[in-house]
Amino acid sequence: MAEKIGVYFDKSSIGPYLDLEALAEAVKNKWSSQCPVVSLEDKLASQEGKQKIQQDIDNGTIDAVCVCGTSPRFDSEFFDFGPKVPVARTSLREHCVLAYDDPDGKSLEPGQETPEPLQALARDYVNMSVTNLQKTEPPEGEVLETEKRVLVLGGGWTGLNAALSVADSGYEAVVVEKEQELGGYAAKLYKTFPLSAPYEEAQFTGVDRLIESVQNHDKITVKTGTTLQRFDGQPGQFQATLKGGSGEEELSVGSMIVATGWEAQDTKYVEPLGYGKHKDVVTSMQFEEMAKKGEIVRPSDGKKPSSVVFILSFRSLLDEIVKEEEAQKAKEAEERAKLEEEQSDEEVAVEETFKKTESYRHLAFTNEITSLNSLKQARYVREFLPESLAYIVYEHMTIPGLNEHYYKAAQDDTGIMLTKGEVTSVYEEGNGSIVVRAEDTLIGDDIEIEADLVVVPTGLVPTTALDPVIKLAYRQGEAFPELELFDGFADSNYICFPYETRRTGIYAAGSVRQPQTLPRSAEDASGSALKAIQCLESVNRGMSVHPRSGDLTYPKFNFVRCTQCRRCTEECPFGALEEDAEGTPKPNIARCRRCGTCMGACPERVISFDNYSVGQIGSMITQVKVPDEFELGGPRILVLACENDAYPALDMAALRGRKWSPYVRIIPVRCLGSVNTIWIADAMGKGYDGALMLGCKYGDDYQCHFMKGSELCDRRMKNIGETLGRLGVEIERVQQEQVAIDDYDLIPDLINDFVDNIYKIGPNPFKGF
Amino acid sequence: MSKSILVIGGGFSGITAALEAAEVGQEVYIVEKNPFLGGRVMQLNKYFPKLCPPSCGLEIQFQRIRNNQNVKCFTMAEVTSVSGEAGNFEVAVRLKPRYTAPNNADLGDLAQSLSKNVRSDFELGLSRRKALYMDVPFAFPYRYVLDTDNITEEDRKKLSKSEFINLDDQEKTITLQVGSIIMATGWKPYDVTNLTNLGAGRIQNCISNMQMERLAAPSGPTNGAILRPSDDQPPKKVAFVQCAGSRDENHLSFCSYICCMASLKQAQYLREQYPDCEVTVYYIDLRTPGRYEKFAQNILNDPKVTAIKGKVAEVEEDLKSKGVWVTAEDAISGNKVVDCFDLVVLATGMQPSLAGQALPMDIPMDEEGFMLGGEDKGIYAAGCAKEPLDVMKSAQSATGAAMKAIQTVRGR
Repeated sequence: MAEKIGVYFDKSSIGPYLDLEALAEAVKNKWSSQCPVVSLEDKLASQEGKQKIQQDIDNGTIDAVCVCGTSPRFDSEFFDFGPKVPVARTSLREHCVLAYDDPDGKSLEPGQETPEPLQALARDYVNMSVTNLQKTEPPEGEVLETEKRVLVLGGGWTGLNAALSVADSGYEAVVVEKEQELGGYAAKLYKTFPLSAPYEEAQFTGVDRLIESVQNHDKITVKTGTTLQRFDGQPGQFQATLKGGSGEEELSVGSMIVATGWEAQDTKYVEPLGYGKHKDVVTSMQFEEMAKKGEIVRPSDGKKPSSVVFILSFRSLLDEIVKEEEAQKAKEAEERAKLEEEQSDEEVAVEETFKKTESYRHLAFTNEITSLNSLKQARYVREFLPESLAYIVYEHMTIPGLNEHYYKAAQDDTGIMLTKGEVTSVYEEGNGSIVVRAEDTLIGDDIEIEADLVVVPTGLVPTTALDPVIKLAYRQGEAFPELELFDGFADSNYICFPYETRRTGIYAAGSVRQPQTLPRSAEDASGSALKAIQCLESVNRGMSVHPRSGDLTYPKFNFVRCTQCRRCTEECPFGALEEDAEGTPKPNIARCRRCGTCMGACPERVISFDNYSVGQIGSMITQVKVPDEFELGGPRILVLACENDAYPALDMAALRGRKWSPYVRIIPVRCLGSVNTIWIADAMGKGYDGALMLGCKYGDDYQCHFMKGSELCDRRMKNIGETLGRLGVEIERVQQEQVAIDDYDLIPDLINDFVDNIYKIGPNPFKGF
Repeated sequence: MSKSILVIGGGFSGITAALEAAEVGQEVYIVEKNPFLGGRVMQLNKYFPKLCPPSCGLEIQFQRIRNNQNVKCFTMAEVTSVSGEAGNFEVAVRLKPRYTAPNNADLGDLAQSLSKNVRSDFELGLSRRKALYMDVPFAFPYRYVLDTDNITEEDRKKLSKSEFINLDDQEKTITLQVGSIIMATGWKPYDVTNLTNLGAGRIQNCISNMQMERLAAPSGPTNGAILRPSDDQPPKKVAFVQCAGSRDENHLSFCSYICCMASLKQAQYLREQYPDCEVTVYYIDLRTPGRYEKFAQNILNDPKVTAIKGKVAEVEEDLKSKGVWVTAEDAISGNKVVDCFDLVVLATGMQPSLAGQALPMDIPMDEEGFMLGGEDKGIYAAGCAKEPLDVMKSAQSATGAAMKAIQTVRGR
């Protein structure tokens, strides 16, 4: 912990609005033994300023630095003194001077006496920073031995590309493929849609060459006819149990790439189009098989079709199935809601068995592949049967980007007829051909096309919608969590961070993530390979990965006080905590993202980080001077602001000239999930009149960078509300608001409204005790 | 031989590529020609389909950059020459002077006191800025920049008095030794003045989709209120014209991919802000790949949103009301449709930034400015420099490119 803190005030950024001499005096008086250096600098955020501080460190005069000036989000390049010197930043500019809303309405004038509420605010913030440093240890990462080997689950197009990416970077790759051959569905294709410029022709996939490269690579081991039975451990030190021809084997790996691709959707969804009823209605996959074999013929009589109709859309025909599935989904949601209501929060949540999530929607989600496939297969018709015609009936031709050239080439082909239309029925005509009826087309209100062969789309269903796949031996469950949000796709909920699977060290690529074309899947394979390597390298340095990249701290547990309540193991968004037979948590540090949700969950305050702990924030809260009465200096409101969205928004608000009450004291937190309810109790006990939590949005479109952090905080606050109520403290004193980073124009109003409400409720009944 | 990687372009793809490489231990340089990192996504109000703000992801990226010594950023910087080969490039970078102190100084008052009002490129002409400016939200680096082309002698005197302004700042050229290069130069909105049948940018209430983003953004010229440029009134009837310049042999022959989703997203902005507003989308195909279908269906199910398949032949200004007449062909009925709207949004496409530009090195490009290759030379395309992409796929693309760039410097 810091014992000799240097406190530096930056005159140039704070300007003449604060009585810095008085502030410095106050620090010297209060912290005389802990703060050997208290100085006012003209321009602290400069090379000169940095050097001055560095000198004080090199002389041994100080071992920690408290910078009072701009927000911690700015000028950090001037205040980095290496990992052994903790630095606390006091936002005297943004959160004091700029945001100051004078209770009497006066504006701040330079040179005039600093109003007392502003001076009190600044004093409190400086004291809180000093306290923060006193409860900080320089972080020392826990370096773990790492296996420089990546497991690639799936030996199809994506898996093969991923393995090559990993191996070409100098790491070992082990490809585990359940079939006897490599190549997946790519190997079953005759051709694929364009792989490269000019994007006008379908091309052979080249998957055979890819397979050869993988088999010949000295850093790649291939295990076909092998499945993953169990995956345990943590990044850098995973243990995979594989089952193959020669029995079971254990494999140590550093990380895993899931490239298990897709399965064809149940054909019941295309039965309304006559599939199963008429022999000459085939799926796109079956049509591809014909082309691969070198012959396109009608299944019924083996004759060559003179017209082939590709149906892409048929909304009305799916209506019944859709209704049925939606009703079933609603029923299940109702039952689940009832179950959750009956369970109290204290009970351990019932672990759900894996539920398949294949639905009618997977057909719609395959739209890009279906559209491209129809063009490709229409051209097969032209290739194999130059006298025949191909028709494509679509709702939208979903051909984004440069593949537009491929679409144009098909449009220019006089043997391919394309029309928008809604297919309303498919029926067999007496003479053995099939009639496809469509309405609202480009060539007439109601048209009928006579088809010798009809091709209906094959929906792509990700393997993770049908099976847990990753077989994690994690307490929280064997599959990727919350895949219902993605209809079973192993995808990330973050637009900016496509490789977030909520399971550290395990990355997904290819069509198991989103329906993707071969070139896009190859790119995805490359990206996931980098993430897989990055993870095991980070673990090897004792560092966390995204979003707290490079963080050396990790949660430390004082097990002596643990009461085995299991809240931390339940609530960890990443499943980082296992438990022993008694229920005592077993941390897997390499799985951890250092969000602190466990720290917030623990009712015994057993968990802490080197530079972020319950005691640290608690001390900062109680460091604030709380007037005994409103009239003697106003109420005091604690604001805990998520450092990812709410805190930057506050900075932005202040810099845009917005102001808020000087009676709030804002403390940034890693995530609202890390907020321990004891902080609220500390605040109430100290006489604060209110506590406001500002954090990210939760729900299906969650913004919280740690998934559930803000949601958990909200739930905990509702619980604490009951306790407070019983003590006679109004529950309105503790509120949480969901804010986005661009809500900077709204947050000051939120704060001020909250303060107004506190005035209405009146002072905390425990004030002054 | 160098193990450093150069990323040309500091937009979302460039930042992602740089960080993903840096976090596996590589030294990376980002060279960005604008005064700030962030690129095109900073001009967006929200991303589809989550309708989340771009600053959220960017804030995390900037935090990661701040915390990683391996990343060195140069803004106001442009590559002027590249020589050498994979593993051993020598790159000359011209750094234009910023004229402001290296720390974060609040120069708002000084900026306001300057005399000229200059067209803001960031706001796509919807508003003006001062010669001393920082006109992007959550700027990184958070430093003002001085546009010396637009200051008077009077201004110069004011500026010279500030301890945070250095009028003697000079252009510099530095040389970087790198092993591989990632081109993350991104895209620019297709120039609307080329669309002569769609107003050529001269009709006030006929704006581009990027201008619509600025109107809807809280950091924009109207603080997020979508108002008609002619009279600052809320629009009651809005039309979106898809494929404005894309899928067109006379303009951009390819599909710009994001404009369908962008228009649907903007329809959502309008519907949320003005519950009575009616929206019509004129499209050729509505391209909402994959799970974007869900988002599209939700918006199209709104009774006040109508989608009509039909190319818009022309738009014309109504001189009295300043409304915009749209003439289109309804492809299903075959009828001509003519309707007048308070506001028309042209879904203009994305053109690669490099289109029409000379490159400092020899890389194959297609005729529309997309990079075709260069991998054999240790030069990798990321993001929209390669093809039209949305944000998530740009991040994917950038991560993939970073992997390849790393392999080049580590030696396969």
